[in-house]
Amino acid sequence: MAITQISLFLMNQPGQLVDAVGAISGAGSNIRAMSIAEANDFGILRAIVTDTDKVCSLLKDRFLITRTPVVAAKMDDRSGALYPILSALNKANVNIEYMYAFTGTGPEEAYVVLRVSDPDTTESVLHAHGIQTLSDEGLSL
Amino acid sequence: MGRYYQQDIETAPREKILEIQNEKLVRQVRHVWDNVPYYRHLMEEKGVTPEDIRGVEDLHKLPFLSKADLREAYPYGLLGTDLKNCVRIQSTSGTTGRRVVAFYTQHDVDLWEDCTARAIVAAGGTDEDVVQVCYGYGLFTGGAGLHGGSHKVGCLTLPMSSGNTERQIQFMMDLGSTILCCTPSYAAYIGESLAEMGYKPEDNKLKAGIFGAEPWTEEMRRDIEKKLGIKAYDIYGLTETSGPGVAYECEEQHGMHINEDHFLAEIIDPETGEVLPEGEKGELVFTSLDKEAFPLLRYRTRDICVLSRKPCSCGRTHVRMSKPMGRSDDMLIIRGVNVFPSQIETVLLKEGYTPNYQIVLDRERNTDTFDVYVEVSADQFSDLMSQIQKMEKSLEAALRTMLGIGPRVHLVAPKTITRSEGKAVRVIDKRKLHD
Repeated sequence: MAITQISLFLMNQPGQLVDAVGAISGAGSNIRAMSIAEANDFGILRAIVTDTDKVCSLLKDRFLITRTPVVAAKMDDRSGALYPILSALNKANVNIEYMYAFTGTGPEEAYVVLRVSDPDTTESVLHAHGIQTLSDEGLSL
Repeated sequence: MGRYYQQDIETAPREKILEIQNEKLVRQVRHVWDNVPYYRHLMEEKGVTPEDIRGVEDLHKLPFLSKADLREAYPYGLLGTDLKNCVRIQSTSGTTGRRVVAFYTQHDVDLWEDCTARAIVAAGGTDEDVVQVCYGYGLFTGGAGLHGGSHKVGCLTLPMSSGNTERQIQFMMDLGSTILCCTPSYAAYIGESLAEMGYKPEDNKLKAGIFGAEPWTEEMRRDIEKKLGIKAYDIYGLTETSGPGVAYECEEQHGMHINEDHFLAEIIDPETGEVLPEGEKGELVFTSLDKEAFPLLRYRTRDICVLSRKPCSCGRTHVRMSKPMGRSDDMLIIRGVNVFPSQIETVLLKEGYTPNYQIVLDRERNTDTFDVYVEVSADQFSDLMSQIQKMEKSLEAALRTMLGIGPRVHLVAPKTITRSEGKAVRVIDKRKLHD
């Protein structure tokens, strides 16, 4: 049920990010969420995009790109909404590698993207707590 | 003790030196023919017998030895005597494939130490001196070579080995070291550290330094001399011939006198192998005249330099070699360690990387920086930063194990390494090593 995140390896140089975003835009894809992790020489652009397959096939010759299943947990766009999600995962001993968030298309609707080692287990834990998660199919909504 | 360690030989007239060389060469060729089947075979292939070598003028008839021969004959193939007569080995850094293991009898150790003793005396050393040896001790020839020479001169010898700069400086100041032996870059580093600790050049008792094992410029010499308040002397050698001390500078600081009674030097055209006349630039070739255990004849050093027999005001009559001006192969000398780009390629392939890499060398604060850029492939790429950093660290460790020196590894995107005419540029050397 998890959603697919794309990750791009970019050199830490001017022009790299604009190239990548231009290529995604050229695929007619919408970037729903993104974050960048940076090291000295390089960065990793992580993004949730629409038309993931098309983006990957168009970008794979020009960029190092990889697909990773991540969990997108739905929450209300209000103070305190993230806490029960993290609390549930903490109790289940799920370790989070990294996370970022985006707002949904509905009113006061937000999602937190969680990179974990076992997305299936993580989703089961969340569902057991009544927390909804997104699927690729639900993403373009 | 005067200005020379072995005055008779160091200042012998040219005819006398030639006489010694002729006699020793004839004997050495016979020794090799009788004891080193590997070289005897090379001679037979060329149709040369010991009878054909009656003196130095016949030297050109002998076949060359190269690093490839040393690899092929590893470890015992070029041994010139029974192992029971050997008392020591020394070795170069590098892989098993590239490693040179040189053997020494006590006689060989003695002649080597005589050479370094000559260098120490030429730098003004006497039995009153305190010699701080911060070349590495162990397989590397630097520590052992200068240590032995210092003993022969009767200096108080501080066997510090390399590293631990704070301790180096403490001993230097507390025990009043007068002669420093290390790589030029480490000497510069010590100079900077002293200044940072608030010492002025006149606060130390150093008068001279004997620096070698890596290329350095006149500019660097002046810089070290100023920082430490000393006179800085160059020394040259290689494990294949014995170690440092094959050649050394006198007070003229203008070329290094080759210990010609032990090592016969030639300059050849690296392409054709033809011997070049004096004064022409070419590849330096050494014939060891009286080593017993590792008696290499016509060994190609791959160092490019010039020889000069012009009289020297110091009174020494031995031929002088210029500082090496480059290499006739792709070997790099990084912080005194010999590195071949092919070694890096071997590690990359073994560790599952593509052989798309670039070595970038530079100097920061007189110390070499060593960076290796490696293209990462699609199947290695991960969305996890920690995973990529782990890959860099593990590649750094693998390279350090192979090379004996640790580069900084930078993983880069595919097709980002500079290519010139479609061919990847393997080495970018920004160091200014030659004047």
